[in-house]
Amino acid sequence: MTTHATREPETLMGYDEALTHFDPVMGLEVHVELGTATKMFCGCSTTFGAAPNTQTCPVCLGLPGALPVVNEIGVESAIRIGLALNCEIATWCRFARKNYFYPDMPKNFQTSQYDEPIAYEGYLDVDLDDGTTFRVPIERAHMEEDTGKSLHVGGATGRIQGADHSLVDYNRAGIPLIEIVTKPITGAGERAPEVARAYATALRDLLKALDVSDVKMEQGSMRADVNLSLRPRAADAQDQDAVPLGTRTETKNVNSFRSVERAVRHEVMRHGAILHGGGSILQETRHWHEDTGLTTSGREKSDAEDYRYFPEPDLVPVAPTRELVEALRATLPEPPAERRKRLLADWGYSDLEMRDVQNAGVVELIEATVSAGGSPAGARKWWMGEPSRRANGQAQDVASYAAEVGLTPALVAELEGLVTGGRLNDQLARQVMDGVLDGEGTPTAVADARGLELVKDDGALEAAVDAVIAANEGVADKVRDGKLQAAGALIGLVMKQMKGQADAARAREMILAKLGQG
Amino acid sequence: MTTDLTRRSAAEMASLLSTREVSAVELTQAHLDRTDAVDALVHSYLHVDHEGALAQARAVDQRRAAGDDLHPLAGVPIAVKDILTTKGLPTTCGSRILEGWVPPYDATVVTRLREAGMPILGKTNLDEFAMGSSTEHSAYGPSRNPWDLERIPGGSGGGSSSVIASFQAPLAIGTDTGGSIRQPAAVTGTVGTKPTYGSVSRYGLVALASSLDQAGPCARTVLDTALLHAVIAGHDQLDSTSIDAPVPAVVEAALRADVSGMTVGVIRQLTGEGYQAGVQTRFDEAVALLVERGAKVVEVDCPNFDYALAAYYLILPSEASSNLAKFDAMRYGLRVPPAEVDDPSAEQVMAASRDAGFGDEVKRRIILGTYALSSGYYDAYYGQAQKVRRLIADDFSRAFASADVLLSPTAPTTAFRLGEKLDDPMAMYRGDVATIPANLAGVPGMSLPSGLSDEDGLPTGIQILAPATQDDRLYAVGAALEAALLERWGAPLLTRAPDLSQGAVT
Repeated sequence: MTTHATREPETLMGYDEALTHFDPVMGLEVHVELGTATKMFCGCSTTFGAAPNTQTCPVCLGLPGALPVVNEIGVESAIRIGLALNCEIATWCRFARKNYFYPDMPKNFQTSQYDEPIAYEGYLDVDLDDGTTFRVPIERAHMEEDTGKSLHVGGATGRIQGADHSLVDYNRAGIPLIEIVTKPITGAGERAPEVARAYATALRDLLKALDVSDVKMEQGSMRADVNLSLRPRAADAQDQDAVPLGTRTETKNVNSFRSVERAVRHEVMRHGAILHGGGSILQETRHWHEDTGLTTSGREKSDAEDYRYFPEPDLVPVAPTRELVEALRATLPEPPAERRKRLLADWGYSDLEMRDVQNAGVVELIEATVSAGGSPAGARKWWMGEPSRRANGQAQDVASYAAEVGLTPALVAELEGLVTGGRLNDQLARQVMDGVLDGEGTPTAVADARGLELVKDDGALEAAVDAVIAANEGVADKVRDGKLQAAGALIGLVMKQMKGQADAARAREMILAKLGQG
Repeated sequence: MTTDLTRRSAAEMASLLSTREVSAVELTQAHLDRTDAVDALVHSYLHVDHEGALAQARAVDQRRAAGDDLHPLAGVPIAVKDILTTKGLPTTCGSRILEGWVPPYDATVVTRLREAGMPILGKTNLDEFAMGSSTEHSAYGPSRNPWDLERIPGGSGGGSSSVIASFQAPLAIGTDTGGSIRQPAAVTGTVGTKPTYGSVSRYGLVALASSLDQAGPCARTVLDTALLHAVIAGHDQLDSTSIDAPVPAVVEAALRADVSGMTVGVIRQLTGEGYQAGVQTRFDEAVALLVERGAKVVEVDCPNFDYALAAYYLILPSEASSNLAKFDAMRYGLRVPPAEVDDPSAEQVMAASRDAGFGDEVKRRIILGTYALSSGYYDAYYGQAQKVRRLIADDFSRAFASADVLLSPTAPTTAFRLGEKLDDPMAMYRGDVATIPANLAGVPGMSLPSGLSDEDGLPTGIQILAPATQDDRLYAVGAALEAALLERWGAPLLTRAPDLSQGAVT
């Protein structure tokens, strides 16, 4: 059988079967847009969503004669990222020009770093679903600038093929990027897709904690390229590292954590089918399709692609002093994985509860609510409830939604205090939360204005209980006979009569006492 | 009267303005009149801004009338090489590819001229993107040497040298990547300085080779050159390679004009063989004059200068190939649709526009540089050239340990005839052998007239080189030599050039 380079197999190989034949090796390249106020080499604003080409100047448009000046905050952010990824920080490094022609790149070279990255040789420990930790080796983190954005008009797909014309928005050109490149990730075996997702998630959490980027994959401020290759599985697992790496493909712009996992899985199945069928993998870039969960061929990445890198002569070398590096190290937040372990212990959540609040993006809100006097359980209940539902409904994250409607952690703690203090029960408190979210004021103000308060007067409650028992003797008899669950119906009726403003526990106590079960 | 006015030095013009014997408008108009009379012959300008220059002059006169505190050169007009961006004024870099482009911003050098109140007369001709030694590579035709209109005015800044040599402007801005200020000065009997790399902002100077380019002053006297140097030098936050230090006291040095007690070093590698007899004779006499004025002379050895030309022609094309990539017809400048292609791609438009927009010399250097930076060749070419660059800087360091300034002829020959070297690029390149080392090492250099060659009666130049950031030494030595030569000649050299307004001398 002759070996032939193949792009699309007839059918994919089953994932489990692929893993019996092959060992997956991954590499992830993640681009992160820094959240600096200005671009990497000029003073233009970086605000997302401005009208096209309104945030540009001679420098980021690459006009003749214009020169770059390095954004110091960008360099400091890069160093902090490097330190948080346990990297070495270069004592002296340069920018380099990566030369290639593309219409959305104003200078037709990208100012980047080549063989002298600002940070190198690190690692990131990531938590897997079963609570174990996997160490992802980091090769480098380097600084570069983003390109402009092409908009292809008139075609069916929005891609350049078939488009009538293209428009370019240079607002994005020159926005600082950090590219974080892993070393080949080996040893993940069948968990490779999960490791890839866990790494991307852990990196997002780390960058968020560092406060260097808003890390929104859906807005493109974090973009992942997934490299994957398969190599034959060694007869003895101990010999696996000695098996040479296979040919890799690079799947570009995978834009969600779930897609990172799916893309790895898909490529394992595609490579497996090709290799097992006697074909060979063509080194190329692949496009990820969110809708179908498939990749399609991009451009061939031959060795002929030559970026003619050379040191950027318009910039002076970056030489951070050791004092600066140590000062930046002192600003590092608690690593997210350690923080997670600490909060888990402090809050007494289950693993599942912890993962839920993490996925909902409310960890910081809960932490602040606890600081403001709330209980961990109460804070979780209130943040995961109506605020999360409304935020989801508006496709917003909870924190920005809360900020928009003015729901602060202190107010959530106040609401919980009204419940623990006995003024409200959960049902009334939910009505109060609705009022707060609708902009009616603080929990206390909403409760006052809506006249929501538990009735503490036992006399009124007793009258209601007596009336309900008298009107429902049949049910009352069941309780008298020891069917205690029947009391629920009576409690419900009492609460209805009290218009909800009664303490249900006290009503139950009273009903049971009157029916001889107290 | 107007002819007399344009023949004054810039320092004298400044004095006439400050005493209100002449207005900025009169002075500017005199130069515009001169241009109208002679530029059809010389072709120094690619663009003359009559209205803009007069408007700036009027503004200066009004401010002077109002008693404002003005810069000493306020009202003294100037010409700017057409490779520096000028807001609202075309900037072509001598290339078709930028035909019609009007920059939306001023180069920092231009901003400083405007702040000093110096009316900008126009933009001067140059070899396309400053690649050349004759202006013959300008897409808009060559400039001519006022001493002999059949000869080159030097390059790439032949527009700036000829504009002052033909009295169309007292001052001009040039740029010097391998000698483009100094060689044109030498062949036109004028003065020009390439300042220390990083001492004049490159912001708005359209890059040829970023690590070599430096803008500088062109004038007819050493003092005028110093006055302009002081206007344009100084730190600029917009240029990362700009030196953040006070500007050396160049004007004071020019006024002092004193070489007594200084040691001047004659560079062995840049004299003798390969230098035209008349050039060498005038050089030797100039050195002797400096000794008469109290300087001590030594010979210095700079063995690695022999490799300067080779290193330069790897570094320059490499950087240029990248710097010129931005000219792709996507955002500004010439756009040429490819022939016989329906619905061309962006890449096809880029290729067709670059093919039509760039001249042969530019293409030659882009191809050279692209090759030199290619994977597999980088170490052998660009990498090796950078090592040579280091060795040349070391040669300078050693030489400056034994001499305060170094001397050589600026160019091996006097002005050659138009067309003479056009088909022999290597011969053209060799003309820059003496000026290139200063660019590779970043040190400052000046060229000033040393006389007329006996063979052809054409101007010869002497080059003075100083350690980085010691630009003032150029002016101390240059002014002393100029004074000694003037004493010998009896009148400035340029008084012996043909008066073009009396009709072309052919």
